[in-house]
Amino acid sequence: MDDALVRVGRALRAVLLIALALLFLIPFYLLVRNGLASEDDITSPDWTFFPSTLHWSNLSELFADPAVPMARALLNSTLIAVATTLGTLLLASLAGYGLARIPYRHADRVFYAILGTMMVPAAVTFVPSFVLVSSLGWVSTLRGLIVPTLFSAFACFVFRQYFLGFPRELEDAARVDGLGYWRTYWRVVVPNSRPVFAAVGTIVFIGAWNSFLWPLVIGQDRDAWTVQVALATFTTSQVIRLHELFVAAAVSIVPLLVVFLFLQRWIVAGVERSGIDD
Amino acid sequence: MRGASRARQPLGTQNRTLWFWVFVGPFALGLVLFTYVPLAWSVYLSFFDAHNTVSPTEFVGLDNYTSMLRNDAFTDSLVTFAVFSAFIVPTTFVLSLALALMVNRTRRAQAFFRSVFFLPAACSYVVAALIWKLSIFNGVRFGLANTVLGWFGAEQVAWLSTTQPPWYWLVIVTVRLWLQAGFYMILFLAGLQRISPTLYEAAAVDGARPGWQVLRHITLPQLRATSVAVTLLLVINAFQAFDEFYNLLSDSRGYPPYARPPLVYLYYTALGQGQNLGLGSAGAVLLALIIAVVTVGQARWFGLGRKED
Repeated sequence: MDDALVRVGRALRAVLLIALALLFLIPFYLLVRNGLASEDDITSPDWTFFPSTLHWSNLSELFADPAVPMARALLNSTLIAVATTLGTLLLASLAGYGLARIPYRHADRVFYAILGTMMVPAAVTFVPSFVLVSSLGWVSTLRGLIVPTLFSAFACFVFRQYFLGFPRELEDAARVDGLGYWRTYWRVVVPNSRPVFAAVGTIVFIGAWNSFLWPLVIGQDRDAWTVQVALATFTTSQVIRLHELFVAAAVSIVPLLVVFLFLQRWIVAGVERSGIDD
Repeated sequence: MRGASRARQPLGTQNRTLWFWVFVGPFALGLVLFTYVPLAWSVYLSFFDAHNTVSPTEFVGLDNYTSMLRNDAFTDSLVTFAVFSAFIVPTTFVLSLALALMVNRTRRAQAFFRSVFFLPAACSYVVAALIWKLSIFNGVRFGLANTVLGWFGAEQVAWLSTTQPPWYWLVIVTVRLWLQAGFYMILFLAGLQRISPTLYEAAAVDGARPGWQVLRHITLPQLRATSVAVTLLLVINAFQAFDEFYNLLSDSRGYPPYARPPLVYLYYTALGQGQNLGLGSAGAVLLALIIAVVTVGQARWFGLGRKED
């Protein structure tokens, strides 16, 4: 093969990758730029790449504004995301282990009944789910925002696939030591499965933090707003203070960027092991 | 003595059944309560008149279904979905596959590029829609897109409020591409890394030229399982489009009558002004049926579930 041609191809690919990377980063830049700009800089017809001055005071202004329940929304989102992640990990990992490793006559049928709910997208059941939750009196409560989202068939599926491939020797050793299913699970299986817990946990956390339709339907009172609902309410309201809105949006992605940058490799590993593309 | 022998022996069938339900029971119960019961309730409610109330009042048979299917707004929303998915599915597929192929072949800074393309997955549709609506595709006075157009002397475009030509589709498609391409790129990367290098070596020995020939005869066939999974996920996700339509196109005056995907329409029917939960349920059941038919049909078409040879 012609060396020169290969080199040209490689250079072209590098240029294309860098151009695409810049394109993918522009929205993040705009978010930060507008979050630190003055209202005038954002709405100026003569758009400039850099704002004329940086307004770090936008941040304190956001949290001081009584019209914007930002602190409360951040607290709600944090509680919901943490509780949803822990709850999902517990419930789905137990179920995934049971399905993968405890021989039971109807295990396959139970598995298909769980898998089937992935076909019925959760979003389609929002009308009846709303009916159910409101008849429980859970509208605008954290319970209503958390409990119905805890039963992720996707998470259960990932755990089952992972535990199917878990080395049996480790479990057998535990069995010889006289441990039952319960203690084998907690003392041997969980400590040796940290990567899959981290991967599923990260995906669930991101999903919970970013979810919109369910909090919009259930969080009707201002006190129950999540960050996403609060942001959406600003964008559709009549009076928009743009710099506050942008700094609020920037603040809202910080927790995720932190989780994301630290745990990205687990997400990749989790996807590779989930069997989602098998 | 009995205890010791029991510990070494495999547990009896009854014990296994008990332990199976100890592990699976809580999850299964929750799934029944929060997925199967709402589904069943939805089907039940769809046969009743239920305005402003969650308890059915009057049995109306199939009336909700017929009025939903005769309702132009609902059928238009299905057409909207079809147009949307016909566009977004292939576009996202091609972009994420191209990103994966390029990132996979990059030796230097592979982790950097992977992170950059994956990073938008950490953004919510709400935040992305805000950037798109108020910063990039802002209509008249300011906004990046109009600024760039201005450099070339082109006219300013009111991106989100014109239906002729429908510029809002560009806004909606690009926001989804930006948010989702990275995630599917990761799926493709995982698939690419599983392809055995010996296949490429064999192809080189057989004189296949690197590039298009290898891509067509080795890479793409080896990625078949991944491609099927990605396509299924893309179609299901397109069907559920809600966040970006809601956030990009509605404002304080309400929702425009165009570009309404089914979920947005159902949201407004069931929980908006009308509060018509019976009708909304009928629409949800219809939508669930359509998704099930499309998904199963697609899985059959691609032969999903058959073992790869």
